[in-house]
Amino acid sequence: MLNYIGRRLALGLFTVWAVSVLSFLIIQLPPGDFATTRLAELAASGNTSAIYEAERLRAEYGLDQPVFVQYFTWIGQVLQGDFGMSLDWNRPVADVIGDRLVLTMVVSVAAIIFTWAVALPIGIYSAVRRYSFGDYALTFFGFLGLAIPNFLLALILMYFGFAVFDANVGGLFSAEYETAGWSFAKVWDLFKHLWIPAIVLGLAGTAQLVRIMRANLLDELKKPYVITATAKGLTERKAISKYPVRVALNPFASSIGFLFPQIVSGAIVVSIVLSLPTVGPLLLRALQAQDMFLAGAIVLLIGVMTVIGTLISDLVLMWLDPRIRHGR
Amino acid sequence: MADSATAVATAAQDEERISVASQRQLIWWRFRKHKLAMVGAIVVLLFYLVALFADFLSTSDPHASEGQRSLMPPQQVHWFDGGFSPHVYAVRGERDPITLQRTYVVDPTQKIPVTLFAKGYEYEFLGLFTTDIHLIGTEGARAEDTLFLFGTDQQGRDIFSRLIHATRTSMLIGLAGVALSILLGVVLGGISGYYGGAADTVIQRTIEILRSIPTIPLWMGLAAAMPKDWSVNQVYFALTLILSVIGWTELGRVVRGRMMQIRSEDFVTAAELVGGRPRRIIFKHMVPLFASHIIAATTLALPLMIVAETSLSFLGLGLRPPAISWGVMLQQAQNVQAVALYPWMLLPVLPVVAVILAFNFLGDGLRDAADPYDL
Repeated sequence: MLNYIGRRLALGLFTVWAVSVLSFLIIQLPPGDFATTRLAELAASGNTSAIYEAERLRAEYGLDQPVFVQYFTWIGQVLQGDFGMSLDWNRPVADVIGDRLVLTMVVSVAAIIFTWAVALPIGIYSAVRRYSFGDYALTFFGFLGLAIPNFLLALILMYFGFAVFDANVGGLFSAEYETAGWSFAKVWDLFKHLWIPAIVLGLAGTAQLVRIMRANLLDELKKPYVITATAKGLTERKAISKYPVRVALNPFASSIGFLFPQIVSGAIVVSIVLSLPTVGPLLLRALQAQDMFLAGAIVLLIGVMTVIGTLISDLVLMWLDPRIRHGR
Repeated sequence: MADSATAVATAAQDEERISVASQRQLIWWRFRKHKLAMVGAIVVLLFYLVALFADFLSTSDPHASEGQRSLMPPQQVHWFDGGFSPHVYAVRGERDPITLQRTYVVDPTQKIPVTLFAKGYEYEFLGLFTTDIHLIGTEGARAEDTLFLFGTDQQGRDIFSRLIHATRTSMLIGLAGVALSILLGVVLGGISGYYGGAADTVIQRTIEILRSIPTIPLWMGLAAAMPKDWSVNQVYFALTLILSVIGWTELGRVVRGRMMQIRSEDFVTAAELVGGRPRRIIFKHMVPLFASHIIAATTLALPLMIVAETSLSFLGLGLRPPAISWGVMLQQAQNVQAVALYPWMLLPVLPVVAVILAFNFLGDGLRDAADPYDL
């Protein structure tokens, strides 16, 4: 068991390292360093002290040093909680991101909860009542959910919200809470707005999970122990929910490993369409303005959050499944 | 009695037929049974035909813009006028004196006939010769008489023709991206599955890491690094690279899984014993055995590539105008007000959804058909 936790932890750390390298790559990729960009901007505005400013920036961030030295300087600062300055906003990156990262995770977790809450009963129903009208109808909707990319779904929803209900379905808060500090009322307001992004983000995953659950359960339902349970006089409900569903649930739980990155990833684009105050719109703007420290920090933080989420799900899976707990 | 005898005979014939059929025939027979997959195959084929004959099918030059006819609603085709004579009504643009918004008034007195094989803008037919024949058009019409089946966009460009050209771009970028992914997936997955050991561990960890990172922020970051002054072709090429560098992992996993399974078969050992080199064994003896699996996995990977390109271009980080793709077109639909007032801007959603569904049905069918001995 400890062995398993250790292996997961090591892989998680390794992934975090890989993400940090990739984030640094994203910071480095645009041609010229950001001091050059800044220099061009300042020169364009007729600022003669621009050259000194650029030199100062170069020295401060060690831009004249080899790349790997720069990486270690950057990662060292990040580990101390300093993500550098956002050149676009002229404020520390940590300030700019603020609670947007938390909101990104709130939206993603809400989408996961929606996915599970919906996929589980539908999956069971589809397997138990195989080839019924309901099974076909749900499979059809599942395929549609898979086929419509979530940002397009968000667009269509926006259109219908606007054209039919004359309401803006975007945002996470009502206008009066947008800039207000955190309070119970604000959290409640968040919950009231959360369901639209949760559905938009969760639909594709739901369709996938229903198919997984249906297939798993169908395999289990054929097995003799289910027949035994039924033969001994258990009600259909009990005979299914007590045994085969629990077995079929394991691969279902492990699916969070691929579901979580997928949903976090989708949340970025969907947030831009629905203008949610998450890191999505911020990342887009940072990339457009070549505000690379902000962009790199966001990519890094999203990656780290995803790794932590996956790690937690692995631990939950271990708790659920004795086969993993006891090795092999 | 006689009936059952013939039934037995045909069953025996069937069995005979199956046992002598080639691999390809078996797959085809099995695939044919899958109705949805057949529909998917036909739809995919149609999409590629549209991509191939994009210029021929267009009604006007997709790049030609005209401020005088910006955001014009779709023109309805009327089929009958006494006899069968398809036509559209002329449309006059007016400016609302109060809101200053452009409005369009249909003038039913002026009919513009729509004809087959009409002359239009000049283009190169499949790169072979120059022509100006289009499938449909309004031949001999005045310059202000227009045929905008799906309306126009902000710059007054024909959405119908742009959709057709976008189909070409989006379907091809999917193919190019997947081709690169296959190469990466087969080579890396093949090494991983054939050699095992340290190579396998390194490649598998890489795949695990790539799969556990949200792809869209990474794609966005890499795509944003493309210099602004790159030409359309350079951006296209770079974008394909970016998509496949992260997108090959699923294919890599499929190939490795099959490779490991086949690796322990007797015929591979036999080939090794007679002194076959690994490259020959992999490509001559092993790959043909799971080529059909690769094709199925490819079909399922294609829609992912298309969606990735669409989302990146939609965000303004992928292909840029003057390139036309579904994502580039949808960029104009980002604004809610625009979408509410001019809903035809949302039309590119339809081909995206249709093509993803079709590829998924086709891929599922191919995957099932790839195990022909299951007949």
